[in-house]
Amino acid sequence: MLKNYTPPYNATVVQKLLDQGAVLIGKTNMDEFAMGSGSTDGAFGPVRNPWSYAAPYCERTGAVPDSDWVICGGSSGGSAAAVASLTSYFALGSDTGGSTRNPGALCGVVALKPTYGLLSRHGLIPLVNSSDVPGIITRSASDAAIILGILQGVDTKDSTTVPAPPSPMELAENFDVKNLFVGIPKEFYAPGMSEETAAQWSHVTDLLEKSGARVEQVSLPHCQYSIACYHVLCCAEVASNMARFDGLQYGHRSEVDSSTEAMYATTRHEGFNDVVRGRILSGNYFLLKQNYEHYFVKAQRVRRLITDDFNRVFSSGVDVLLTPTTLSDAARYADFTQEDNRTRSSQEDVFTNPANMAGLPAVSVPTTLSRRGLPIGLQLTGPAFQDKKLLSVAQWIEQRVGFPSISDFVESNRQGSNYNIGFARGVR
Amino acid sequence: MAASAAAVPFRFKMIKRTLLLCPNTSFTIRRLNLESSRNDSQLLHNNRSVPTHLEGVVGLEIHAQIHSRTKMFSGSQVQFLSPPNSLVSFFDASLPGTLPVLNKRCVEAAVTTGLALNCRINETSLFDRKHYFYADLPAGYQITQQRRPLAVDGILSYSLLDGKKHKQVVRKNVRVKQIQLEQDSGKSLHDDDRGQTLVDLNRAGVGLMELVMEPDMTCGEEAAAAVRELQLILQALGTCQGNMSEGQLRVDANVSVRKPGEALGVRTEVKNINSVRYLSKAIDFEIRRQMDVLRRGGRVQNETRAYDAKTGTTVPMRDKEALQDYRFMPEPNLPPLTVYPDAASVPPGADVRRAVVVQNLRAELPELPAARRDRLVEMYDILPEHSYTLLNEEGLVEYFESVLKATNREPRKVIGWVTNELLALLKQQDLNVSQSPVSPSSMAQLLELLQAGSISSSVAKQVFQEMWKHSGAKTAAEIIGEKELSLIRDAEQLRRLCAEVVDSHPHEVQAFQAGNKKVLNKLMGAVQRETKGRADPLVVRDILLDKISGTV
Repeated sequence: MLKNYTPPYNATVVQKLLDQGAVLIGKTNMDEFAMGSGSTDGAFGPVRNPWSYAAPYCERTGAVPDSDWVICGGSSGGSAAAVASLTSYFALGSDTGGSTRNPGALCGVVALKPTYGLLSRHGLIPLVNSSDVPGIITRSASDAAIILGILQGVDTKDSTTVPAPPSPMELAENFDVKNLFVGIPKEFYAPGMSEETAAQWSHVTDLLEKSGARVEQVSLPHCQYSIACYHVLCCAEVASNMARFDGLQYGHRSEVDSSTEAMYATTRHEGFNDVVRGRILSGNYFLLKQNYEHYFVKAQRVRRLITDDFNRVFSSGVDVLLTPTTLSDAARYADFTQEDNRTRSSQEDVFTNPANMAGLPAVSVPTTLSRRGLPIGLQLTGPAFQDKKLLSVAQWIEQRVGFPSISDFVESNRQGSNYNIGFARGVR
Repeated sequence: MAASAAAVPFRFKMIKRTLLLCPNTSFTIRRLNLESSRNDSQLLHNNRSVPTHLEGVVGLEIHAQIHSRTKMFSGSQVQFLSPPNSLVSFFDASLPGTLPVLNKRCVEAAVTTGLALNCRINETSLFDRKHYFYADLPAGYQITQQRRPLAVDGILSYSLLDGKKHKQVVRKNVRVKQIQLEQDSGKSLHDDDRGQTLVDLNRAGVGLMELVMEPDMTCGEEAAAAVRELQLILQALGTCQGNMSEGQLRVDANVSVRKPGEALGVRTEVKNINSVRYLSKAIDFEIRRQMDVLRRGGRVQNETRAYDAKTGTTVPMRDKEALQDYRFMPEPNLPPLTVYPDAASVPPGADVRRAVVVQNLRAELPELPAARRDRLVEMYDILPEHSYTLLNEEGLVEYFESVLKATNREPRKVIGWVTNELLALLKQQDLNVSQSPVSPSSMAQLLELLQAGSISSSVAKQVFQEMWKHSGAKTAAEIIGEKELSLIRDAEQLRRLCAEVVDSHPHEVQAFQAGNKKVLNKLMGAVQRETKGRADPLVVRDILLDKISGTV
């Protein structure tokens, strides 16, 4: 739909970066309209995870990168790949159900989903207006803090932004976790979680406890409904947000012109892939007068319950929640595509989704390489507007887990691979 | 037919009585009921059970374009008749990533209008998306207020000129269900020759107030009067310029018929009405059409019809046949709108410039038409119907007051000239008050001459017409001089004329003496004809009476 569309204005977050002297080196690939959790359904093909071409993966699994390459996660896979491959110092993505944190974890980089309302959405092509935030992907937590400091703040062009809490630009070097109250939500022991991920979760929990943090199990009973709730609300908002793509003012327009309606129909059929079309149809169904109460309003109520769960836990003194970011390390593209987009999304987003429902800040931190030589990350979730504190804890973990840089394995890249360090190119 | 002919005067009496007992009943029920009763007797002969005594029920949906410099959710300018697509911002064109930003002036306009219509202003109101696909709706949805509008439960008071010769002022009320803020759509023009639709988005996103009037009206005249009053109120407030022909005020009528006292019948929506006059015609046509349908044993369809000004009829609209589900959804990019009842309720730390405070707006309300009318009646001791006519025509009050400044005649003596002579000529030639060829000072001069007795009142009217024809180039005095129109007062001259008339009308003199006093007017008329209306009527009357009463 927007293949040949060049926006005539800059998004607020982009403009702020440019104003600070940042250099835009490129735009990255992603799932079409941010719908997906693998970056496999974009118009320009799937995105390949840079770690597919690094020694650990190749040597430990004997994989041939060109046929066994793994996905990046999504939907902001291209941005994560750019930072992970050291092509760029940082990148922006979007996070609606986990779209920044998911690829962040699978690509071994720091990925922050800020509190809803902290960063302006002016210029962010909307998926779910009530959940979307621009995401920040960096090589380290301190970098993320710097970017956050530049981007946060009220924007008159976005009526849902709120003033940022005053806080120092940079993170304190030596954050003390003594007496930090860490919550471990018991409902997050999801089926399908790999044992390695579970092991990492335990390992970092122990690290914290040994350093004086207070670690306790907490309960978020309604988070199990987060995916279902998200699907209803997401489809409904998608149906609404995509209504503007009719080819009249901009974007792809079909050749068919027998009537306005025919033109609309073919334009939209040609311009959207079946993932997008599926969600539009579902969304319109949910919004029909006779279904509205039963689906949309119900989902809003469930959303309120999820938010209340978090509020309750944080008001009881918990400073931060520690959970995995994804179920396991990155899957091979060939395996991942065995299931359709919708199924994969509902499976992969379980840990990341609730933070979007509640509008809370969450960050994914890479902790180790798996047995297969691929990154695993853990997620920290905090109370609204405590983004900086969250990053401080992330930095603390970062300093102690010793996650390797991909540049440590640069040599193997030079041996017979087609990996293009500039952009991840895919074959459909 | 004889049966119904006899029934007519009886019903007339009944309705007159009804009018006295229930002042809210419109007199036009008489007109419509009589129609139905005449046809009733015809159909009774066909042995069908038909609905009798049907009454019309009319509600209105009015879209008023908010008079503001910029649009409701974007900074584009609002300007009628600009080059196509020259006032379109990224948001108006629905470019992806753009977000709505609410215009404070639009909110204030809606609150002010709500206050003037005695509405309850909702402290919190919400925005929704109303989805449908149309070329002039770039986003595929309109931002409106469906769940909770800004203002509810108001009353619009309006007046009708009623009674014989439209001389009595009757006051009526129509309930205002709600006032909501919403976006206007763009304009699409259909080029059938080339099979194209041309879309102009200049109007897309302009702020609208949708005012919903409950079905408290019964006919076209009432609806027209209500809309006219609303126009005056909006213009006085400055929240909408109210020009129907320019699309600043759009009225759709919801029309149905029913037996009085029963539940509402099936209604149709009538659109495409471009003036207050057409509104009245369209509604009356539709009421009659529905009554006909029911009388023929048919059923009224719930449909949308367009008014065709050329034929004066309503026709079904092609586009709107399918039932639309608008899939309403809350607008996620706009938080709930809060207006504060008074300055004290604005939270500390909030930006005062961005706060809408109802109390402040209430304090700034200008004099509304109804109050102005009452004040004019008090101030100038004129009749309510005069005041009604004065306000109904733009600029007429100012004209009237200018004349009063230039002369020391009583307002009561002046008002007739303004509301009858001046207005009649303006209407005849389709001119505004500002285009009147006779200025207030010229009229004042004429009235001074009349007062001074230099001319009779009938001559004065003639002179006025002459002044009009010459577009004010000649003063009253000049015209009177040229045409020798001054009042003849000379008793001698008049006595001679009266004697001539009396002599040449022996029949009438006899009739007068026999007791027919009215015949005096005929004699006076004869004298006036002789003098071309210049004779002083009082003097003539005395002389004639003197001559013909008593003896010969």
